[in-house]
Amino acid sequence: MSSVLTRGTVTIDVDRCKGCDLCIDACRPGVLAMSTGVNGNGYHYPELEPGCTACKACFDVCPDFVFEVYRYTVPVEIPQ
Amino acid sequence: MTQVELLQGSDAVAQAALAAGCRFFSGYPMLPFTGLLESFSRRLPSVGGVCMNAASEIEAANMALGASTAGARSATGSTGQGVALMQETVAEAALSQIPLVIFTMARGQQDYFQCTRGGGWGDYRTLTLAPKDTAEAVEHTQLLFHLADKYRAPMILLGDYLIGDTMMSVDVAPRDYGPLPAKDWVLDPTRNGTRETHVLWTFDTGKVNRPGLRPDKHWRRVAERFDEIARVEPRHESYLIDDAEYVVVSYGTSGPFVDYVVDELRADGIRVGSFRPVTLWPFPEAALEAATANCRKVLVFEINAGQMIDDVRLSVTDRSKVSFIGGVSVDYSGMRQGTMLDVAAIRERVMAHIG
Amino acid sequence: MATTSTVGPDIPATKIGSSLAPLQLTMDHPLCPGCGHPVAFRILFEAIAELGIEKRVLGTVGHGCYTLIASIADIEFVQCLHGRSPAVATGIKRVQPDAVVLSCQGDGDMVSEGLHEILHAGGRGEKITCLMLNNGVFGDTGGQMTGATVVGQRTKTSIEGRDPDLHGYPIPVASLLAQLPGVAYVARGAVNNAGSIAQTKKMLKAAFETQMRGEGMSFVEILTMCPTGWFVPAPSGPNYLNETMEQQFPIGVLKGA
Repeated sequence: MSSVLTRGTVTIDVDRCKGCDLCIDACRPGVLAMSTGVNGNGYHYPELEPGCTACKACFDVCPDFVFEVYRYTVPVEIPQ
Repeated sequence: MTQVELLQGSDAVAQAALAAGCRFFSGYPMLPFTGLLESFSRRLPSVGGVCMNAASEIEAANMALGASTAGARSATGSTGQGVALMQETVAEAALSQIPLVIFTMARGQQDYFQCTRGGGWGDYRTLTLAPKDTAEAVEHTQLLFHLADKYRAPMILLGDYLIGDTMMSVDVAPRDYGPLPAKDWVLDPTRNGTRETHVLWTFDTGKVNRPGLRPDKHWRRVAERFDEIARVEPRHESYLIDDAEYVVVSYGTSGPFVDYVVDELRADGIRVGSFRPVTLWPFPEAALEAATANCRKVLVFEINAGQMIDDVRLSVTDRSKVSFIGGVSVDYSGMRQGTMLDVAAIRERVMAHIG
Repeated sequence: MATTSTVGPDIPATKIGSSLAPLQLTMDHPLCPGCGHPVAFRILFEAIAELGIEKRVLGTVGHGCYTLIASIADIEFVQCLHGRSPAVATGIKRVQPDAVVLSCQGDGDMVSEGLHEILHAGGRGEKITCLMLNNGVFGDTGGQMTGATVVGQRTKTSIEGRDPDLHGYPIPVASLLAQLPGVAYVARGAVNNAGSIAQTKKMLKAAFETQMRGEGMSFVEILTMCPTGWFVPAPSGPNYLNETMEQQFPIGVLKGA
């Protein structure tokens, strides 16, 4: 099983998301994808895959303050 | 303590405003208000105040409103045509509860409706003082700054050409009208970050963590404030009305002319008296009703097509007693009172109703 | 409800992005999906905090979807009549010159109703910072054309797209202000991608610093997305901004620091 170097992670406030998709396009390593399910308001929301670089682009572009971003002290390999 | 000076009316009013603590004035030139703007421009810097020659009346009114939210005793003004542009801002000040003194230096007597009915939106009223001469204008100016702070509302001094341009000896010493509540509603940046910040607005929606009353309750509260002013603040002056058969009602600078005619006619044995609303709003309804209860006729003298007469008719128990003895009268320029503002002319109009 | 949606194990980390910005009272708001205004609000709050001027800012705001900032910011604010915010801000700054006064308007508020007020504040060189959140549309009233709507842009009152023959051209307020000696700093940013967002935050800080140095008026225009007003899906907002507004209103510093 392969793994990917991951430098950070995010918390995602699923219920606050309005499904605008801007984070998906903004994410530089491409580790965000919209869910198949929907939240309480009927919107799809982002889910995080391994490989986050803690670049904060999702945080920067999100109009709904959905993300909190963490940078790992030491990057880790996470299985995909 | 007195401070009597021989001053041109506009300058006396500016001096009185400074004595009342006014430290911000903004205006746009328009006769006969311009002298007031120029006086403030000369005088305010010497007391650390600011006078701004705005680029429009709308801008002037909004600058003064801003200065008031920041804590200064603040004023603006124009003549009737210019105050017409400020109506939305006056309503905004009334409904946001922001004190503001407005000097309407009128061209003649055609702005009674503007002052008492207003041209803004919403349920608001504008307390209006109409002085009869420069000395009263000086006193009213100081009183208005006090009342504007007391009730947190915009208020009008209705002056005119005569007051603005006449020189008179007046006492411009500061007057003390008593204590006022602390201005804790004023913008204060040190509250930022405490979760107790304010937002000033007509709808009083407030902050997400501290909602305001919101429009329904807020506008009720504002209306109650104006009800209180209507109860407490009517002012008037009456002269020789106790035994008067005829009562002449006038306002502002017409008053002294009417009183002169009253004296002349009294010397001829005619039982005539005068009544002068000093507050145009709140109109002294109860006092006028009492003053005219026993007279035969109520003669309304104003230099316009009939504006104050509406309020006179609402106040007098028997409307059929009320007659209009005024009229439109302007000089060649259209900016000053015309030939009707003259004791002989007024006397003739009163005499037409005697007998 | 916050969900930790991560594929990483629990290991030592530093939080580098907090969902609640300084001076922000709530993260909840009723603005549309994909609206650019909240992004602008966030960088504004961060700029104020990074400069350490939280206890000095006083705000005035006009009427539009962005008026929300007055109720979600833990900052003293006055909500003004449409177009008049720079005049109210002038009065405030003249009375409290040590305050850092911020006037926030949209393009409708500033370029349509309030063109007189913003130009004269700039002419006088008022030491205030004026912000225009420009999405080229009167969003709050349902999406009509403003004085800043760009040629070709569809709105409810230019449904076939703004046509110069019928509707004339947008007025580039930033360029007009840059010509006035009293205006010390003019910049145009955007919030449609992370790079522009970072650049725009720097512009906001430069604007406030200009005010604090007493150099004259500072002005920052921020192009924001309004997918609802633009009749585009929310995910298309950033590209639409880039392909239309940015072509007619390029981003960058026009004057000053």
